Amino acid sequence: MLELRDIEIVQDDFRLTADCTFGAPITALIGPSGAGKSTLLNMIAGFFAPQRGRILWNGDEIGGQAPARRPVSILFQDNNLFPHLTLAANLALALTTRRPSSRQLAQVARALEQVGLRGMEPRKPAELSGGQQGRAALARVLLQDRPLMLLDEPFSALGPALRAEMLDLVARLAGEQGIAVIMVSHAPEDARRVADQTALVSEGVLHPPRDTGPLFADPPPDLRAYLGTG
Amino acid sequence: MLGRTLVAGFLTASASLAAAETPVLTVYAGDYFNSEWGPGPGIEKGFEARCGCDLVFKTGDLLPRLLLEGKRTEADVVIGLTSDLTRKARDSGLFAPHGRDTSALTLPVAWADDIFLPFNYAHTAFVYDNTRVESPPTSFQELLDAPDDLRLVIQDPRSSISGLALVLWVQAIYGDGAEAAWAKLAPKIVTVTKGWSESYGLFTDGEADMVLSYTTSPAYHILAEDDLTKSAAIFPEGHYFMVELVAKLASTDTPDLADQFMDYVLTEDFQAMIPTSNWSLPAALPREKWPEGFRELPMPDKVLFYDEDAAADLRDEAIEAWRSALSR
Amino acid sequence: MAQRAVALTGVSRLGPGLWAALVAALVIGPLGAVIWRAGGLGALGAPDLAALWFTLWQAAVSAAVSVALAIPVARALSRQRFPGRSALIALLGAPFILPVIVAVLGLLAVFGGNGLVNRLGGGLGLPRMDIYGYHGVILAHVFFNLPLATRLILQGWLAIPAERFRLAASLDAPVGRLLERPMLRRIAPGAFTVIFVICLTSFAVALTLGGGPRATTVELAIYQAFKFDFDLARAATLALVQLALGVAAALALLALSPPDGFGAGLDRLHQRWDGQGHAAKVGDFGWIALAALFLLTPLAMIVLAGLPGLFALPPEVWQAALRSLIVALGATALTLALALPLATRAGELAGLLGVAVSGLVLGTGLFLVVQPFVRPAEAALPVTLLVNALMALPFVLRILRPELDAARADFGQLAATLGITGWALWRIVLLPRLRRPLGFAAGLTAALSMGDLGVIALFADGDHATLPLQLYGLMGAYRMEAAQGAALLLLGLSLGLFWLLDRGGRADA
Repeated sequence: MLELRDIEIVQDDFRLTADCTFGAPITALIGPSGAGKSTLLNMIAGFFAPQRGRILWNGDEIGGQAPARRPVSILFQDNNLFPHLTLAANLALALTTRRPSSRQLAQVARALEQVGLRGMEPRKPAELSGGQQGRAALARVLLQDRPLMLLDEPFSALGPALRAEMLDLVARLAGEQGIAVIMVSHAPEDARRVADQTALVSEGVLHPPRDTGPLFADPPPDLRAYLGTG
Repeated sequence: MLGRTLVAGFLTASASLAAAETPVLTVYAGDYFNSEWGPGPGIEKGFEARCGCDLVFKTGDLLPRLLLEGKRTEADVVIGLTSDLTRKARDSGLFAPHGRDTSALTLPVAWADDIFLPFNYAHTAFVYDNTRVESPPTSFQELLDAPDDLRLVIQDPRSSISGLALVLWVQAIYGDGAEAAWAKLAPKIVTVTKGWSESYGLFTDGEADMVLSYTTSPAYHILAEDDLTKSAAIFPEGHYFMVELVAKLASTDTPDLADQFMDYVLTEDFQAMIPTSNWSLPAALPREKWPEGFRELPMPDKVLFYDEDAAADLRDEAIEAWRSALSR
Repeated sequence: MAQRAVALTGVSRLGPGLWAALVAALVIGPLGAVIWRAGGLGALGAPDLAALWFTLWQAAVSAAVSVALAIPVARALSRQRFPGRSALIALLGAPFILPVIVAVLGLLAVFGGNGLVNRLGGGLGLPRMDIYGYHGVILAHVFFNLPLATRLILQGWLAIPAERFRLAASLDAPVGRLLERPMLRRIAPGAFTVIFVICLTSFAVALTLGGGPRATTVELAIYQAFKFDFDLARAATLALVQLALGVAAALALLALSPPDGFGAGLDRLHQRWDGQGHAAKVGDFGWIALAALFLLTPLAMIVLAGLPGLFALPPEVWQAALRSLIVALGATALTLALALPLATRAGELAGLLGVAVSGLVLGTGLFLVVQPFVRPAEAALPVTLLVNALMALPFVLRILRPELDAARADFGQLAATLGITGWALWRIVLLPRLRRPLGFAAGLTAALSMGDLGVIALFADGDHATLPLQLYGLMGAYRMEAAQGAALLLLGLSLGLFWLLDRGGRADA
């Protein structure tokens, strides 16, 4: 369970506050572009510290930890794989920064199989299609095996059908491994498709997440305004 | 072999190990003294055959290095100092009297210095290609009066010893009229180079008709290349004399070997090597013993020379005359 | 944000600062030693001020002309494809790495009184063109530095992600205003500064092509003060002035150059949609041809002049060549090791000190520092490597820093989430991402070190002359033909090293 307590982020003339708890298996962050959705994810992942407030995981403060020490893995919009490394090498980095053991290589192979990329270890990212790159990146995040997975619009470059397929895959695999997911999306249908809860970011505030179904059935004024423009 | 040369070159520690057995005479020399085609190897072989010692040349910046090292220097002997710069060296107090009898010297000027012992000399001269320059100037005045399409290349007196000799040469001939002389010469001077090598390269590439060099330069072309097309113009006003010197360090730890080396410098053995390895004239060898090709070289009747005090005093004035005339 | 990420990911910010301080100390320490030994600073006279003025303006004009000409040449090379393009780019780099004297003789074989241009012009009845004068100095400096400027700017063009060009093409947007001008605003000031600083320390070229004492630079005054007058105080004062000019230029660069505006590009496929019209092609190939003619003709003259002597070179020259190769490779390794942690703004500033300081004074200072502890000859190798590295550092940093910044921006976060820090970050992420610029930088350093004449004449003990020294030795012994052969050998080795290392950086990148 992730808690954001009394958070304030100030960057130049951008300001965002947050104070809420993420308890659902999959939570979507939606909101207009520039609202600060990705900024929140980056803060949770540890790429910068908020000006004020605390970040708790299962009651423990994680705000001071380096990104790699947090119980968090993240899928970025792009640059999820090192272009100069093979898939095997890329994925093995989720386990070790040294030469991977044969046991670790077997784990890599299993992860690739899970995402439907069996036997693709020697390929370089540039030799894969966009969808395959997304799957490989997902496999990397799953291998990291952190209890919380952050998705920063990871499949936005894919077509709607492929994106839906990928989200289903994320939902299924994360569910199987018991990993909680917080995903940023600017497509409300993504949220409706997989998210148990949805939180709206707008006007400098992260609103507490609410169950997705009821939320969209009866949107509050902020969400209505967003959906109207989006 | 090559590998060993490298290691020995970079880490002379091995050389100092060997020193435990044979005594070592360390001789500082000018930059190119010890190259295969320089006089160094012959001198080393000749001296080692006499002394039962190891002669080690250390080449590089001569005087600046010595002055920086001061009394800590490893050098026992220095070879290749030039006369126009000796005052600084003398004032340093680093050198000991040579104690040799200088009556055997065959220099065109009297030499009575008790510290610096000459081993070779030459005169500054303008060298030209006699197939290109049909009527070379026969005097310095004719050179000044020559049409401006005669192309000269000279060296900078602030960075080159031969360039310095040239401004002293002009000073010696023209005195207070030096600046006016330079003004007449200026239009003919294609360019001024940092050192002698660049000038001579420009000349052999055909970039200039005449180059400031030495009376002995044609000998190289005659003896080494069978090329008779290079001549030095000899002027009745006289030519500036340049001499290279050897001196013993007061701080030497092998004074006997150093003295022995000073003796060796004056031997016929040593002197006979000078012409064809240093392409200059031996300081203690009569003309009839010079090698063929050197004997026949035209030599100036009159020799101009400032002793080190006069040279040091006149230097700034002579350089300034050059600079201001050529800057116009 | 990426910068703040650094603070949390354990990469200490102190590191680069310490390295920069170390490099600055390596430059300033020796200078301080010379001042200390001299017992203070000396006074400068009117000729020194004249030299200072000449030094400044010739460096500014040389740098401006080099960069201005490099822009169309680099653009043409970046957007036109033709057979032999990469070979041409490699060859165009040659003048920069030539020893001064070789390049000057090559230039004069073309532009000199008896050179190709005048012989052609004479055949056509044109009046003789005189190369010597201020224009000659500028011409020579452009000859030396146009290749560097072109390479730096070409790198900038290649660093614009192909996607941007694709986008511009699909929108039919003006590439020049959208992509090229911002890139040039970013790259050109740095190229100008580096060349300005190089030209500040010019000496033999300026004198020879300048035709006389009007073209006196500060470096010549330093040389005179040191070698002839042994006036350390004056030498140190002049060196300080020179250093101050270089630092001022570097500070101006830091103030002027805007931060990097380009993000990650997925590839370096440079399919370009602009510049394919007829007029643009004619213009581009015109520029390429002009640059090639200007830069390659003197090289061709060096080759022609050197061939007869090449096969008759004495064994000493070959030994010197091997020695030079070893020094070059050692200096390259040291330079890269210094450069990687220094590739920050502060580091680049510190690095520029290396070229701005007079080599002569640096050598003297190091001698004074080293002498109480070891015999100078024993320090010859490390000092040679160190000085070569210091001299090459500014160029290497200019090449590496933008690319390193880009690699950090693109993959810093990914590496951070994976816990890749410290040496692992270099090994797994940064070094592989930097392969291409590293290859270029290594090639450049190696070639520069090959051509280095050795500011370490003080340390030398004569047994280990490098190839350029040997070349001077041959000339000094009247052996002009052999010297020209050695020059050709030097040219070939420098280019070969450059080509190999640069090539290595490109392989399967």
